[in-house]
Amino acid sequence: MNWQAVLSIYRYEMNRTFRTLAQSIVSPVLSTVLYFVVFGTAIGQRIDTVDGIPYGAFIVPGLVMLTLLQQSVTNASFGIYFPKFIGTIYELLSAPISFIEIVIGYVGAAATKALMIAAIILITSTFFVDLTIAHPVFMIMFLVLTSVSFALMGFIIGIWAGNFEQLQLIPLLVITPLVFLGGAFYSITMLPPGWQAVSLFNPVVYLISGFRWSFFGLADVPVGLSILAISVFLAACLTAIWWIFRSGWRIKP
Amino acid sequence: MAAIISIQDLAKTYEGGFEALKGVSLEIEEGEILALLGPNGAGKTTLISIICGLVSPSSGSVSVGGHDILHAYRAAREMIGLVPQEITIEPFEKVINTVRFSRGLFGKRRDDAHIEKVLRALSLWDKRDSRNRELSGGMKRRVLIAKALSHEPRVLFLDEPTAGVDVTLRREMWELVRQLRAEGVTIILTTHYIEEAEEMADRIGVIDHGRLLLVEEKAKLLHQLGRKELVLELTEPLPELPSPLEGFELQRSEDGMRLVYEFDAHAESTGMTRLLGAVAEAKLSLKDLTTQQSSLEDVFLTLVEEGRTGK
Repeated sequence: MNWQAVLSIYRYEMNRTFRTLAQSIVSPVLSTVLYFVVFGTAIGQRIDTVDGIPYGAFIVPGLVMLTLLQQSVTNASFGIYFPKFIGTIYELLSAPISFIEIVIGYVGAAATKALMIAAIILITSTFFVDLTIAHPVFMIMFLVLTSVSFALMGFIIGIWAGNFEQLQLIPLLVITPLVFLGGAFYSITMLPPGWQAVSLFNPVVYLISGFRWSFFGLADVPVGLSILAISVFLAACLTAIWWIFRSGWRIKP
Repeated sequence: MAAIISIQDLAKTYEGGFEALKGVSLEIEEGEILALLGPNGAGKTTLISIICGLVSPSSGSVSVGGHDILHAYRAAREMIGLVPQEITIEPFEKVINTVRFSRGLFGKRRDDAHIEKVLRALSLWDKRDSRNRELSGGMKRRVLIAKALSHEPRVLFLDEPTAGVDVTLRREMWELVRQLRAEGVTIILTTHYIEEAEEMADRIGVIDHGRLLLVEEKAKLLHQLGRKELVLELTEPLPELPSPLEGFELQRSEDGMRLVYEFDAHAESTGMTRLLGAVAEAKLSLKDLTTQQSSLEDVFLTLVEEGRTGK
């Protein structure tokens, strides 16, 4: 393993993050505050509690997940798309590094940034609601697993994308709807039975449910299933990336 | 000298069927400067890209320092520095960080003394804290070279290093290349400027249509293929060739003041003595008599032409 290279990529990517630190932090914090105002305060007055949890606190895990998914995907996809776009990817391809090292560097940095922002949102939310975390170790595990697997997905998107529109397409068209329909702001048990069944095909349901369980000890689906779902997703992304580098798809003629 | 790069029957057919390389074999010796000369689209960049890992070969093999570029890619690539043809550089990063990053990618520990040496050699030290996008085109090209040299490569590929570069920078680059050669670095440069190959190279390879037409020492190449011209300047204009001079394939200038005789300087018989006899017989009065060695450009054009007509 060329750890020096992994570290170089990681540092370089984190450097990029810190260069734009203000905008990286301001926008998620602002949108979280807005969500709290709209969902927590306005709607929360009508929905008192969900499964005995005050509505304001109930939406925190969903909000954190929403941002975590978006950040993981966009950071990683942009991170690898940018060198492809400006041509500096030649350096990655000509360096004595394997795809595993490239992936660890880029995905590691993207996940780190997403986790940092998730932490900021979690801290921001404590100004609005009282939060208790029932299973902190599991909470961290869910955060890390989710950010890594969605950063892997972002990496794939970045390799696949042929232009900036395509780069935006998946986060906008897929991630956001899945999170909104994945029980970020409600418990899927509040849905009619038919829609509950449909919801179970939404992978994000498992993430949010498991993550929410780590806070309140309550889940829509069994926690084991949540962990299994995210592990399967992680494995699928890793396989796809392995194939991409093996075949040189979209990077090596 | 031992070969540092060994290329065997290398071929590349791109998706879509374009055959960029059609079986190239070449040994590059340690410490030499090899110029790959060829028109645009000849296959120079494809050849370099395969050796450096940017393009997968369709068939054939390459080893660098005895390490196969596919099976022992780490060991092979560690030895190589690549300066690409296009200026591709991260616009928002600082010069020094960009160069440090390259060193790290090649698995080398941070070495500020070496980075400083490289940046100073390229007159970039004063610009080390500038953002890449603030640099001029020539400066950006230097950054690319600095990146390639950051990990102390044994082999340096320069893909069209002086395309679109002004005369001063071109001279500076040539100087740097000579200095690197003196340090024992093997240098492979592609160019379609004959002047550059003539100025720099120890050996010259001519590529066209994916085939290596020839590899030869520069001096030998010129010597072997060099044609000479004998130029006769006349005191009076010559309206037409007098009969004794017919059969010499002389070129007469438009004003009739000049006759040019082309000959092979290394042939057993150059025909010069007979020509001068014929000049005397025709009673021409000469003002001046000079011979000219043909340039590499002529040699190159002859080769490419022969390659295309299949001679």
